[in-house]
Amino acid sequence: MPSETARLRLKTWLFTAIVVLSNAFGDFFMKRGLPASARLAGPLDYVGALFQPWVALGVVLLVVWQMSRMALFSWADLSYVLPVTSIGYVLVALIGKVFLREAISPRRWAGILLIMAGVALVGASAPSTVAGDGESKGAR
Amino acid sequence: MKWLLLALMVCAVTAGEVLQAAGMRRHGEIRDFRPGAIGRVLGALGRNRFIIGGVAAMAVSFFAFMKLLSATDLSYAVPASAVTCAMETVLAKYLLKERVNGRRWAGAALVICGVILVSL
Repeated sequence: MPSETARLRLKTWLFTAIVVLSNAFGDFFMKRGLPASARLAGPLDYVGALFQPWVALGVVLLVVWQMSRMALFSWADLSYVLPVTSIGYVLVALIGKVFLREAISPRRWAGILLIMAGVALVGASAPSTVAGDGESKGAR
Repeated sequence: MKWLLLALMVCAVTAGEVLQAAGMRRHGEIRDFRPGAIGRVLGALGRNRFIIGGVAAMAVSFFAFMKLLSATDLSYAVPASAVTCAMETVLAKYLLKERVNGRRWAGAALVICGVILVSL
């Protein structure tokens, strides 16, 4: 049933976007909150770091990242989710360029193009190639 | 010692993510995202052996990572993520019985090469 495939694809793209965005921004906010000079020696230092607002926000986003990724796993293949969510590396590089003025070398641009090509290749395939447990897949 | 920790971390992350994927598949597609339904899902996952195993494996990888960080810097992180991605794709085909065709292999290879170039 075409609408079932469409529904699954839409859901997959939505959750992929959530996974990628929460990972990229979660990492970004953590970096913002934790200066390179931060000394995280004992457990108390970690607890203290959590009270830093950017770090706390980063942690929340990373939790969202994990939860949404697990949701994706409930209907999509691991071999689909892994490459497709790697578009996050591209997003991280772009965030670094826009917000932190980090330069993107030709080698990094080449890497970005390769990632995008790989994501497009895998993304075009069906997210799920395994019959679900008890879930009807409709007319295939 | 460093290489042992690195190998341990790579294996633990791979095992953790494959177990998570297997556990979530067993649970079945999550369709209801209201807070009450999410609570029920979390309850079910807490009893799911694969999820428990996956979380344990991720915990092991986290400690290996912390130990590694105290001994070295982040330069190893790039080949580590490339190796885990490759191993997980192989395990997805043979353990999770996913249909990993030529196109998916090619896509994964492109992504792995791209990630290495981007991270160096």
